[in-house]
Amino acid sequence: MDIKDIIKPENLVYDKSKLQIDTIMHYCPGCTHGVVHKILAEVIDEMGIQERTIGVSPVGCAVFAYNYIDIDWQQAAHGRAPAVATGIARTNPDKIVFTYQGDGDLASIGAAEILHACNRGENMVVIFINNAIYGMTGGQMAPTTLLGQRTSTSPGGRNVELNGHPLKITEMIAMLPGVHYVTRQSAHTASTVRKCKKAIRKAFENVMAKKGTSFIEVVSTCNSGWKMTPVGANTWMEENMFPVYVPGELKDNDKQVPSEKN
Amino acid sequence: MGELRLMKGNEVLAEAAIRCGCDGYFGYPITPQSEVMETLMELQPWETTGMVVLQAESEVASINMVYGAAATGKKVMTSSSSPGVSLMMEGISYIAGAELPCLVVNVQRGGPGLGTIQPSQADYNQAVKGGGHGDYRLITLAPASVQEMHDFVDLAFNLAFKYRNPAMILTDGALGQMMEKVELADFKPRWTREEIQEISGSWATTGKTASRERNVVTSLEMDPGKMEQNNLRFQEKFKAIQENEVRYETFMCEDAEYVLVAFGTSSRICQKAIELGRAKGIKVGLLRPITLWPFPSEVIASMTCRVKGFLSVEMSAGQMVDDVKLAVFNSGCTVPVEYFGRMGGILPSPNEVIEALESKLINR
Amino acid sequence: MTEELIIAGFGGQGVLSMGKILAYSGIMENKEVTWFPSYGPEMRGGTANVTVIVSDSRISSPVLHEYDTAIILNQQSMDKFESKVKPGGILIYDPNGIVHPPTRTDINIYKVEGTVTAVEMGNPKVFNMIIVGGYLKVRPIVSLDNVEKGLEKSLPARYHNLIPLNLEAIKTGQDIVEKVN
Repeated sequence: MDIKDIIKPENLVYDKSKLQIDTIMHYCPGCTHGVVHKILAEVIDEMGIQERTIGVSPVGCAVFAYNYIDIDWQQAAHGRAPAVATGIARTNPDKIVFTYQGDGDLASIGAAEILHACNRGENMVVIFINNAIYGMTGGQMAPTTLLGQRTSTSPGGRNVELNGHPLKITEMIAMLPGVHYVTRQSAHTASTVRKCKKAIRKAFENVMAKKGTSFIEVVSTCNSGWKMTPVGANTWMEENMFPVYVPGELKDNDKQVPSEKN
Repeated sequence: MGELRLMKGNEVLAEAAIRCGCDGYFGYPITPQSEVMETLMELQPWETTGMVVLQAESEVASINMVYGAAATGKKVMTSSSSPGVSLMMEGISYIAGAELPCLVVNVQRGGPGLGTIQPSQADYNQAVKGGGHGDYRLITLAPASVQEMHDFVDLAFNLAFKYRNPAMILTDGALGQMMEKVELADFKPRWTREEIQEISGSWATTGKTASRERNVVTSLEMDPGKMEQNNLRFQEKFKAIQENEVRYETFMCEDAEYVLVAFGTSSRICQKAIELGRAKGIKVGLLRPITLWPFPSEVIASMTCRVKGFLSVEMSAGQMVDDVKLAVFNSGCTVPVEYFGRMGGILPSPNEVIEALESKLINR
Repeated sequence: MTEELIIAGFGGQGVLSMGKILAYSGIMENKEVTWFPSYGPEMRGGTANVTVIVSDSRISSPVLHEYDTAIILNQQSMDKFESKVKPGGILIYDPNGIVHPPTRTDINIYKVEGTVTAVEMGNPKVFNMIIVGGYLKVRPIVSLDNVEKGLEKSLPARYHNLIPLNLEAIKTGQDIVEKVN
């Protein structure tokens, strides 16, 4: 059988979204960013909102997110994406705005910006990639680094006396009345990718319906920063990250009767 | 003739923003400029022109809100006072690097640090030399009256959009707090979607359509060769601004032997000093830079060979005096350039200025 | 004509609003005006002062080291500003609370019993308008008609019913001002 006999429309089982740009990925093999980028491109494409969507990329590995998804993008200073998105959303209420941020960006240097944007209930989607480490700068400790986890700035393992506890910022966000939807997902198996996509789609639908902030944490791997194989990193995430950052829904105002809404 | 009112400088900034078709204001309270946001909240322009007004959680956030909105082609601004403007420097550098138009107002107070809430001009270097990182310039306007506080809002936006560069109104607590008669401009409508498309559609994040490539607003460029090209392009732009946008005013300079150089509040004090000096028979005039960057170096150079000296009068320890010296140095003639000023929120008085002129230049 | 005036007293005495009414009255006469306050913590109960300049021509410095006229409403302000009146200038004060009356002989000194008279009028709040009246008698820089217009401009509409009372206080002040030296 020749390859031309195989490449036929009737044999097509998977096609990438037309919003995914053919840029060579700068992410490491095994990194979660690529999967979440793919999901985002698919959701925006399937919802037909390319012309209305503006993405805000962070500082961190995902700084170049704008090279992969064919929409208008702004690149924000470290941690400031929620403020940038606020400026866009407030002056362009017809637009659908999302930020895409890592744990160092969102939970450390940008803790104030994310808390206040969420507290105001800015009409935007927040994608929070939590891999418990600074990937781009070479594997330093993040606010979400686990106790005992070795990084280049916690070589003996994260220590409470020295570094404090891992910051469960998603739980903090879920407490804020302005936030409509908070969920914690992963994207390391076929089924979690499907669930994650469903959550991201729901978040974008919430923003289209002007329901306020929808916040999605994706518990992620950084196999190169963790110095593991991709498969080993997935196992380590399940065994060590999930007990601290428990996947599941933290808040959904759609499911509450109005009187229970906070 | 427009409507006449007695207004504070801070209040008029708000009124002028609404009237010139501003799309949004993002700010954080700080004395002595809190009346800007207070006035906007009182006037509720979102009910009339549709202008957005938002109190941010910090100056760091407000300048980044400006970044976000400016990148969509909207006419947006923030205001603060010295310590708050220091916090904005990161964002201003990004805005300059991403070539976005916007307006930042600095109603200066005395520093360094938390300093005082009284008026100062000690952020001159921060404004005109670039207080953030990297090679960038702010188009910097220095109003000297409440009327100019009004007029320069529209002017700053025009210049910012003309050159796709942030503009700053560098004023101080005295001009912010004082009231003068002001003639208000008529209301200009905010730009429509179509107008934004025409003015900024080639770069703004207005939503990617099938008819164009995606617009990406960023200051990042990993390839140093390309980053150098970006910088060379910025420098070309700055050169064009220097060639085309210098603004200044002279007062009694025709026969002047001595020229005071002062901007903003200190230029007003100098006008009084000149009345006192002229009464004593001293031939003294004033050069008032209106644009602090681009600085009116050439007009200073053109005076150098016919005057006996310059006195830079500042509400700082002597910052602009360096630019005056540079202008004199480049003129080919040699005359003394001296500085007089007060710091920490103290305003120089007119008689002090004349005493300084006498001791530092006339009787030296 | 240029009048360079400082009004100084306690916060709460209506120092800033006196200045504002005079400045607005000046605008009604097509004059140039500048109103420059002290601001900051001193606004809250401490001393407050405002420099008002009314002129036929463009006003230069909003900040002055000497004044044509000083209106002094407490002792701290007397201590600070008596010496800053130009020779031949005017000092107007309310004797209430003044322990050390002015002593200069090269200026014209007037007093207005504003505090006492306001209490007699049954409305301590018109104190500052009585002082304004005394000032305008000595220095008629603006006409009463324009003061009325200035009041309309500077007072919120909900206080416009108080304008007649304010005008009456101004007239009272004009009657009771007396030269001291």
